[in-house]
Amino acid sequence: MSLVTPDIGLLFWMVVIFGIVFFLLWKFGFPIITDMVEKRSAHIDESLKLAREAEIRMQDLAREQQQLIDQSKLEQTRILQEATRTRAEIIAKAEQEAADKAEQLLRKARTEIEAEKESALRDIRKEVAELSVGIAEKVIRKELSSDKAQMDYVDRLVDEIEKK
Amino acid sequence: MRKWWFILVCLLMLPCLDLRAQEQEEEVDLPGIIFGHIGDAYEWHLFDWKDEPVAIPLPVIVHSKDTGWHVFSSHHLEEGEYEGFHIDPDSGKIVEADGRRPLDISITKNVLALMFSSLLLLAVILLTARWYRKHDALQEAPTGLAAFMEPLIMMVHEMARENIGEDYKRYSPYLCMAFLFILLNNFLGIVPFFPGGANLTGNIAITLVLALCTFFAVNLFGNKLYYKDIFNPDVPGFLKPIMPVIEVFSALMKPVSLTVRLFANMLAGHIMILSIVCVIFIMAKYGPLLLGSMSVVSVLFGVFLDALECLVAFIQAYVFTMLSSIYIGLSRQHAE
Repeated sequence: MSLVTPDIGLLFWMVVIFGIVFFLLWKFGFPIITDMVEKRSAHIDESLKLAREAEIRMQDLAREQQQLIDQSKLEQTRILQEATRTRAEIIAKAEQEAADKAEQLLRKARTEIEAEKESALRDIRKEVAELSVGIAEKVIRKELSSDKAQMDYVDRLVDEIEKK
Repeated sequence: MRKWWFILVCLLMLPCLDLRAQEQEEEVDLPGIIFGHIGDAYEWHLFDWKDEPVAIPLPVIVHSKDTGWHVFSSHHLEEGEYEGFHIDPDSGKIVEADGRRPLDISITKNVLALMFSSLLLLAVILLTARWYRKHDALQEAPTGLAAFMEPLIMMVHEMARENIGEDYKRYSPYLCMAFLFILLNNFLGIVPFFPGGANLTGNIAITLVLALCTFFAVNLFGNKLYYKDIFNPDVPGFLKPIMPVIEVFSALMKPVSLTVRLFANMLAGHIMILSIVCVIFIMAKYGPLLLGSMSVVSVLFGVFLDALECLVAFIQAYVFTMLSSIYIGLSRQHAE
């Protein structure tokens, strides 16, 4: 029977000792441990989340970088093509210009030559005229010593001019 | 492997050697042995040396209505009466000369074991807490004692979180305390020598106090919904007068079931192990052949039971804590 009837003395000591130990551990024991561990769990969760986010950001960055590289490669080819085209254009233009210039120069030279020739011809003609006039004067001075002859000659000249 | 067989054989020889002296003696007092081990005592019996019991005398503190307080060492009671008190041979308790029970708050074997285990628990938990105070748990993993205690404490803490809900932090220290207290005392109870061996969690006074703590934690801090469920549950009208009676009864039975479950389990375990060990002593008079074979059986069975008790020690501590947290959770539930 004594097994199932609680003993007053043990009951008393149990209440006292359990109470004291519980109070001490409640004050200085368990909450410190559990709070710290909970804080650590939260910290771990937080860190994991951050790591995941960082990974995603890294992937994004890598993708962006790849995009940038692709883009710049495209740009490069474009620029190169353009440069080739521009070069061709420039060369063509330069050739054209050179040809134009050459033609212009040629034309100018030709005109100048023409002008020179003209003036030279004029000079020659003038010289020839003067010479011929001189010669004619000399000839005429000899032949047209008579008035009649002179008049005939004048008439002939006038006729010539009229005929013209 | 051969070494183990050698140890086993040596172990089996031990009781035979010891029992040769007892062989001529009378019948083995089985109930005496068993109840001596699982019961309380005013002294802590360690072992017998040359047929003389060697025991630690413990202080007796009694208060008699007639003669007031008395404090003396229990070894005075060995000779019989001392200061008007003697141990009643039937109940094993201190009684006055006329057979009345004085108020008895002696430091008995169980009280000493309780003090020892409480100090041990206190030291272990405070040392663990000190680790967390001294170290930054965010920077380093716990080591040593803290690494050992953390899973146990966090297991109960998580249990509280799952079963109680949002204000579990208020109850978690109590549940941790109850769990570790029961676990430690269960294991100390299995240890067969001083300072273990006291049958603390198999004592109804201890389990009663624990269960009452749960009872108060449930009923003093129950919320409105809990009390509404008891006194005015949502049931058909004709059940209204009956339900409060049933609910109050069930609330009162919960601590009783907690008390008895832990007490009976631990007590039964101790009795089983003691009985199995006693088989060797009983078989002593039936000749060496039976004694030898039964010794083997009882040692093997004893090892099995000890292992089982280790399991039960944990399971009972777990069950007590689990049920306590569920009861507390029921008293803190919120309307869905």
